[in-house]
Amino acid sequence: MNAAVEVEGVTKRFGGTLALNDVSFSVQQGDVLALLGPNGAGKTTLIRVLTTLLKADSGRARVAGLDVQKDARAIRSVIGLAGQYATVDELLTGRENLELIGLLYHLDKAVYRDRAQDALERMSLTGAGDNQVKTYSGGMRRRLDLAASLIGRPPVLFLDEPTTGLDPRTRNDLWQFIEELVAEGTTVLLTTQYMEEAEHLAQAIVVLDAGRIAAQGTADELKDQLGGNVLEVQVTKRADLEKAASLIAGLASAPPRLDAGLNRVTLPVKGGARVLIAAGRALDDAGVELEDLGIRRPSLDDVFLSITGHPAAPGGDAGQPPHSPEAGR
Amino acid sequence: MTDMAIRQPAVQAVPLTLRLAVRDIGGITRRNLLRIIRTPQLLFMSIVQPTIILLLFRYVLGGAIRVPGLDYVNYVVPGIFLEAVLIGGMTTALALAQDLQAGIVDRFRSLPMARPAFLAGRTLADVCRSVVALAFIIGLGLGVGFRFHDNAWACLAGVALIIAFGYAFSWVYAAIGLAVKDPQTAQMAAILPMFILFFASSALVPVSTMPGWLQPFAQNQPATVTINAVRALFEGGPAFHDLWQAALWCAGIFAVFLAISMNLYRKATA
Repeated sequence: MNAAVEVEGVTKRFGGTLALNDVSFSVQQGDVLALLGPNGAGKTTLIRVLTTLLKADSGRARVAGLDVQKDARAIRSVIGLAGQYATVDELLTGRENLELIGLLYHLDKAVYRDRAQDALERMSLTGAGDNQVKTYSGGMRRRLDLAASLIGRPPVLFLDEPTTGLDPRTRNDLWQFIEELVAEGTTVLLTTQYMEEAEHLAQAIVVLDAGRIAAQGTADELKDQLGGNVLEVQVTKRADLEKAASLIAGLASAPPRLDAGLNRVTLPVKGGARVLIAAGRALDDAGVELEDLGIRRPSLDDVFLSITGHPAAPGGDAGQPPHSPEAGR
Repeated sequence: MTDMAIRQPAVQAVPLTLRLAVRDIGGITRRNLLRIIRTPQLLFMSIVQPTIILLLFRYVLGGAIRVPGLDYVNYVVPGIFLEAVLIGGMTTALALAQDLQAGIVDRFRSLPMARPAFLAGRTLADVCRSVVALAFIIGLGLGVGFRFHDNAWACLAGVALIIAFGYAFSWVYAAIGLAVKDPQTAQMAAILPMFILFFASSALVPVSTMPGWLQPFAQNQPATVTINAVRALFEGGPAFHDLWQAALWCAGIFAVFLAISMNLYRKATA
């Protein structure tokens, strides 16, 4: 197996901030790797380094066997980039956008015309292909943006938060499309704030936090790092939350996490049913009224929290400010 | 294994020939021309502004201004021609800042296209719009009493010089757009050089009527030199001295701001 993307000790500093701190990983050909992390973790900066938009201060990176600094232009002809914001021209039609990108990939006119038509069909945009993009919905723009990144038939595709801000149905369509591309052999490196997305699409996950790699592996490996299960207690009355937390704190070595919004306490635990029963007994004896009590396998959110000490996505919001700080600098 | 071989990317980029670079510039120019055609209100505004200035100085203020040896209408109209292309070019700054903010610059920078093509295609399309505005203002100028007095070649050379100046100056606007990054700021910032060069020049009144401290600047700055050359070409006076100075200014502005803009583009982040 060849690595389609290799990153070795890449470091990038913006003023006093270390945006990327000694980042190393590789993506095997035909795999999907998800860069997971909150806003400002350095995901976009890393994508910008790998797509030759930004020079790293130190370290080495290769894409499709080419050095990002020495062979920048060669890399540009073998990659596709779709951003967080649909970077298509509002005043051009969908088809004009795609054909322009094809021309700039230095394809022959007959070739890029065919491919633009194919891409429109594939993205179910045929009907809207000759309308100006300003008439498109958000989902249509995002599909067009992805189509534009595929005009050069790139073996390596970079997707920067491809589904941020999309409604669930459009997101599922996009996931399915990405899976199709991967089935055809495309290597994909995507960034996301959503555990679910990383788990769904990626074989390998790299967790970025404040510019450095906090953990990497498959979804299962990351969950095993946490070990065991998660005990979840939901109390009826907000006032009981702290009490419940202190009652069950003794069942694990890690401190419990309180979610005041949901009246919920979660706790990573080693055992299974025995812990559940012990927790139930302790809470019942103390007269804490319970809405729900259960034990489950850890989600990637739990893993992220235990690795980095803070949740991945603030409140799971779908809407994003138009410019995250890391996209700006 | 065979499947892998097929997916193995071609490791060398197609060498970037001049032909491909010209094709890239053509593609980007076409994109920007389509944008201009599809926002006719912008084209309209770039005609309205110099129209107002022309009518203002021809009919409202012109009656009070005397210039030696020339009807004021023949004095002021060539200056308004230059103003028309300077105003038209300001949209370069705005449009580049917009493209930068929308992430479009990122997309194009990630493509194997010739790097200068993005900016060259922008400035070329904008100069096309300026030419349309200029054609209208020339027609209007003739309608309010302006006349070309020299032979057709000299007059064409004068118009060509105005367009050349407008093109060179569009690279100043390109640098402004890429440097300030924000569309609103870009629009405000782009007005400054236009204001200074147009009003502190021989466009509207002779430099000799200005205060002594202003005269050295006003007499030697590029807009004055260019307007003097254009006037001489239209009126049939000795044009050579001003003409080569104006040509040097155009070449200098173009070269310096091309380099600055390219450098900003290479490092561009939204």
